[in-house]
Amino acid sequence: MINPSYAVILGVLLFSVGLYGALRSTNAVRILMCIELMLNAVNLVFVAFSRLRPEAMIAGQVFAIFIMAVAAAEAAVGLAIILQIVRQRGVVYMDKINLLKG
Amino acid sequence: MTLLENIWIVPVLPLVSWVLITFFNRRLGERAATLGTATVLGSFVLSVAAFVALVRHGAPVSSGGLWLSFGSVELSMGFTVDSLAAIMLLVVTVVSSAVHIYSMGYMHGDRRYQRFYGTLGLFTSAMLLLVLADNFLLLLIAWEIMGLCSYLLIGHWFEEAWPRMASMKAFMTTRVGDVAMMIGIWLLFSQTGTFNIVETTQAVAGGQISLAVTTVGALLLFGGAIGKSAQFPLHVWLPDAMAGPTPVSALIHAATMVAAGVYLVARSYGIFLGAPDALLTVATIGGFTALFAATIATVQTDMKKILAYSTISQLGYMMLGLGVGGFVAGTFHLVTHAFFKALLFLTAGSVSHAAGTLEVHKLGGLAKKMKVTFWTFMVGGLALAGIPPLAGFWSKDEILLETFVTGHPVLFWMAILTAFLTAYYMTRLACLVFFGPPRDKHVYEHAHESPRSMTGPLVALGVLAVVAGLPASPLMGKWLVKFLDFGQTLPGLMTGGGAGAGATGAEGAVAAVGHTLAATGAPGGGIVLPIALGAAFLGILIGYAVYGTRQIRRESLIRAFRPVYLLLKNKYYIDEIYLAVFVRPAVRLAELCGLFDNKVIDGAVNGVGSATVAVSAAAGEFDNTVVDGAVNGVASGTMATGQRLRRAHTGLVQSYMVAIYAGAGVSLAVLLWFLFAR
Amino acid sequence: MSGFPFLTLVVFAPLLGTLALLMFPKARVESIRWAAAIFSAVPLVLTLVMWVLWGRTPAGAFGMKFAESFSWIPSLGISYSLGTDGISFPLVVLTALMTFVAVVAGWKMIATKERAFFALLLLLETGMMGVFLSLDYILFYVFWEIVLVPMYFLIGIWGGPRREYAALKFFIYTLVGSVIMLIGILALYFLSGTGTFNIMEIAQAAGSIPVAAGRWIFVALFLGFAVKVPVFPFHTWLPDAHVEAPTPISVVLAAVLLKMGTYGFFRVSYPTLPGAAKYFAVAIAALGLINIIYGALTAMAQKDLKKLVAYSSISHMGFVLLGLAAGTQLALSGALFMNISHGLISGMLFLLVGAVYDRTHTRDIAKLSGVYVTLPVIATILAFSLFANLGLPGLAGFVAEFFVLAGTFPVSVLWVALAALGMLVVAGFNLWVMQRVLMGEAKKEYAGLPDATRLEIFTYAPVVALIIALGVAPGLLMRFLNGPALELVQRLGGM
Repeated sequence: MINPSYAVILGVLLFSVGLYGALRSTNAVRILMCIELMLNAVNLVFVAFSRLRPEAMIAGQVFAIFIMAVAAAEAAVGLAIILQIVRQRGVVYMDKINLLKG
Repeated sequence: MTLLENIWIVPVLPLVSWVLITFFNRRLGERAATLGTATVLGSFVLSVAAFVALVRHGAPVSSGGLWLSFGSVELSMGFTVDSLAAIMLLVVTVVSSAVHIYSMGYMHGDRRYQRFYGTLGLFTSAMLLLVLADNFLLLLIAWEIMGLCSYLLIGHWFEEAWPRMASMKAFMTTRVGDVAMMIGIWLLFSQTGTFNIVETTQAVAGGQISLAVTTVGALLLFGGAIGKSAQFPLHVWLPDAMAGPTPVSALIHAATMVAAGVYLVARSYGIFLGAPDALLTVATIGGFTALFAATIATVQTDMKKILAYSTISQLGYMMLGLGVGGFVAGTFHLVTHAFFKALLFLTAGSVSHAAGTLEVHKLGGLAKKMKVTFWTFMVGGLALAGIPPLAGFWSKDEILLETFVTGHPVLFWMAILTAFLTAYYMTRLACLVFFGPPRDKHVYEHAHESPRSMTGPLVALGVLAVVAGLPASPLMGKWLVKFLDFGQTLPGLMTGGGAGAGATGAEGAVAAVGHTLAATGAPGGGIVLPIALGAAFLGILIGYAVYGTRQIRRESLIRAFRPVYLLLKNKYYIDEIYLAVFVRPAVRLAELCGLFDNKVIDGAVNGVGSATVAVSAAAGEFDNTVVDGAVNGVASGTMATGQRLRRAHTGLVQSYMVAIYAGAGVSLAVLLWFLFAR
Repeated sequence: MSGFPFLTLVVFAPLLGTLALLMFPKARVESIRWAAAIFSAVPLVLTLVMWVLWGRTPAGAFGMKFAESFSWIPSLGISYSLGTDGISFPLVVLTALMTFVAVVAGWKMIATKERAFFALLLLLETGMMGVFLSLDYILFYVFWEIVLVPMYFLIGIWGGPRREYAALKFFIYTLVGSVIMLIGILALYFLSGTGTFNIMEIAQAAGSIPVAAGRWIFVALFLGFAVKVPVFPFHTWLPDAHVEAPTPISVVLAAVLLKMGTYGFFRVSYPTLPGAAKYFAVAIAALGLINIIYGALTAMAQKDLKKLVAYSSISHMGFVLLGLAAGTQLALSGALFMNISHGLISGMLFLLVGAVYDRTHTRDIAKLSGVYVTLPVIATILAFSLFANLGLPGLAGFVAEFFVLAGTFPVSVLWVALAALGMLVVAGFNLWVMQRVLMGEAKKEYAGLPDATRLEIFTYAPVVALIIALGVAPGLLMRFLNGPALELVQRLGGM
């Protein structure tokens, strides 16, 4: 039986890696992947906490499954959007796409 | 009998000619005259038949039916043939026929020949309608249509200025009287609820209407008569009406239409009898007009104008006769006057046709050149002057007798003076036109006798001017006087008068009838005849002395009476007074109203409009600066803020993410602080 | 036969015509004219059939004949109800006749945008018919406003040089009037407490309206109608509108549109608020007398022939007001008669002035002279119309004036005397215009102008015939008017 706190620490580490990647990288696909990473880090933390607190039943696991489903949808939509942007503008780097610049 | 019940056919015949001539104007051409004459002659024949039928029948015949109903008020429309109407039918158709025939020659080659005959037909129809009308409404309709025809015929040669002005003057002046008459009709209607003349008369006689109302009503009716019969003060139109063709003057402005006023008084005589004051007014205005117009006639130099003033004077005579209670005298003079005055006018037409002018000082010595015209003129002139045994003598004498017997000495002497002046100016006219040396060579050489179509009617009317008085003379046992007898003319009055005994109206009526009957054989009447004859002969003598033998020099007369002469020459300045008092102020007032409407009312409207525009401009300005300023201020403030804030929007997803996570971090810190730090 | 929707057809046949005209190609002018004539003839024929059937048709509720009623907005008590009685029916016939005359008069005269012109004219007819036949206030108001729109365009597009000014003036004036009228209508609706907009039902129940409120409502309605009549001092739109409007529109304007105002008095103000009507009688008589005298004097001062006729209309409408103020059987019958006779006579005058203008291209009285010589037929009919206008006995105008004043006499002698004075001025300006325009030396520049065409004679003939017929036998019309006039007298007397 592995101590769940390891899982929490791993989750925090993974989240931090994902956050760093999301903020630092300019490639849209990579950003998306980093966001996925962050999501899954959170999943890991949810599952770990669920194990730590049995009185909450399996709420953490259920949330994890929800997030997986949402993440899948989000990935699909996000990829589609990125694909359209690439098609329209021919670039995939987010610092080149500044239409919203005020 | 059947003719008397279907008497409508008499006025309808000339109406048909008018309609046909109006619609087939060009196609008819000169045949319009034949058509018009034929229809009028037809009416004449029917009138004779009606007259004979009435004499045989012996009582008035009415026909007609419901015309209009207002729920409770029902108005009937119909004709009545009584002795007065029957005689008038004869007079109108005779004179109209004569004028129709005469005009064939006189109007030959006129620009508007058909229009002339058409209007003549309409006029004749209207006059016949008026004579037959049994109610005021129908009478008024006919009355005004005659006015229309008079207007059209006076203005027949409307290219020239005088007829144009004269026609309008005639219509407007008579319209003043007509309006008074209409008010009178409404007044009587409001009291009786009927327009029927006999019924109204019965109401008066029965005392259903107060004396004051009867008097006012009668006076208002007389207002119409003043206008139509050219009595003072509405006489001004008649002399100017001479601008029309002479046959028109003979028919309308001498014999028939102008007599309609007299006829109106005679027709509604029962009402006047119920109002002695009104009757006295009629007599006074009549007597005054007679004298007044006669004085003007003495200095006029246009043959037709002299005759016109003479007509006014004679119409005044008729009014005088009616006013003093001489119903028969007044109507009888109307009949005889119609013949001899129409005759005189037609001779004047003949003179102008021959000589080309009516200015008496350019004429002279025409007796040799125009035998028929001359002799017929003499007959007419002597009849007018009242020389026995011509028609005018009998009727004039009757009026003078009535005036004398009923105790109106002032009016009587005015009438005598008028008779003197009448004889004088007729002599003057005869001398200037037919006797003496020709004053204008050119005119004289040009003169010739008129064609048959013109002299024929002259002779016919001349005969009538001689004999028309006989039926009322003692030679024929005063047959006409009995025929025209008041009781028969207004049968309802006698019975009505009996029923309403004690009422003022009835008393007046009975008293006046008493006068009428008394006059025929009154004591003291014997001196009237010599006085009248003396006045007439004196007039002729003086006239002949001035203009015939020239024993009295005309110039010295003028010099002696210069102010009077000028006053008369200018017709007492009445035209000028009317122009200054009524016409010009009316036109000025109209102009003022026009200006007022244009400047003030429309100005106010436009002012409101432009004020609205100005206000809205101001509002627009306010809107632009203040309201919009505020709005714009908010907007620009927002913009400025936005300008600052936009820098935060880099457009880079990462910077947004940094903000998000920083925010999330801060939120987390705050949350933790709240959870644990306290 | 009672089920046949005569009135709906009369109202909407012209509208159908408008729609049909819009389907024609613009260029097919001849077919457009024929179609317009046919569609305007439909209501005429229908009304004539109704005339024949009139005596045999039983009167329904409130004495209305040929009534139709369908619920429209039941929650507010608004219904589509049409009906006609002696007040409205002669006006309906007049409208049908004069619109037809206007269409025929516009046959040759209108040479631009024919399709739009005739379409608008037919739309106008629908509005006018609707006003005269509606028995529901909302319907009445809707039709009242419908009239404005085509009139605005008809003046504004086919008018004279100042047409835009005139059209706008007309529009604003009448719009202001009708808004005030709407307030009055709404006040009637709420204060009568009937929960219906039916004109006749409100009139029956109007006794419950407080006296003071009734007076205010009367004033509001009066203002709305007064603009249309037009009553002094709300009249200045009329001369401008007439001068600028093309002839057929002037005809309709004078003959029918002005009658909408007087119709309002007879249908709405007087039966509904008899107490207020009696209260204001002297004021209305004063306005009527001002209209008569002032209108006539102002007419005399005019230099433009059309303006003169317009002011003479104002003068004549004064007689209607006077008759209303007098409120006796004769006066009211006379006033109703005046509606029709003036419609015919003024319509005729505008037709003829238009005919003269078409040929000489001037309406300036000073520039015209001797028209009788140049255009004998037109001038004769013009003289006839002018004499009818001055109230020559034997013609329609006289009957109206005579009975209005005969009926006014028992009420006030002073009013009659003043009106009679006005009649003198009326005679004066009519004669004066004849003297200046018809008589006199013929002008050289107008020599050889064509006289009346057959088409023109065709338009004049029925109107002239009616003017004579109504003058000689007024019973033809009076039989419609007596009943309503009597009812009005009773209502006025009952308060």
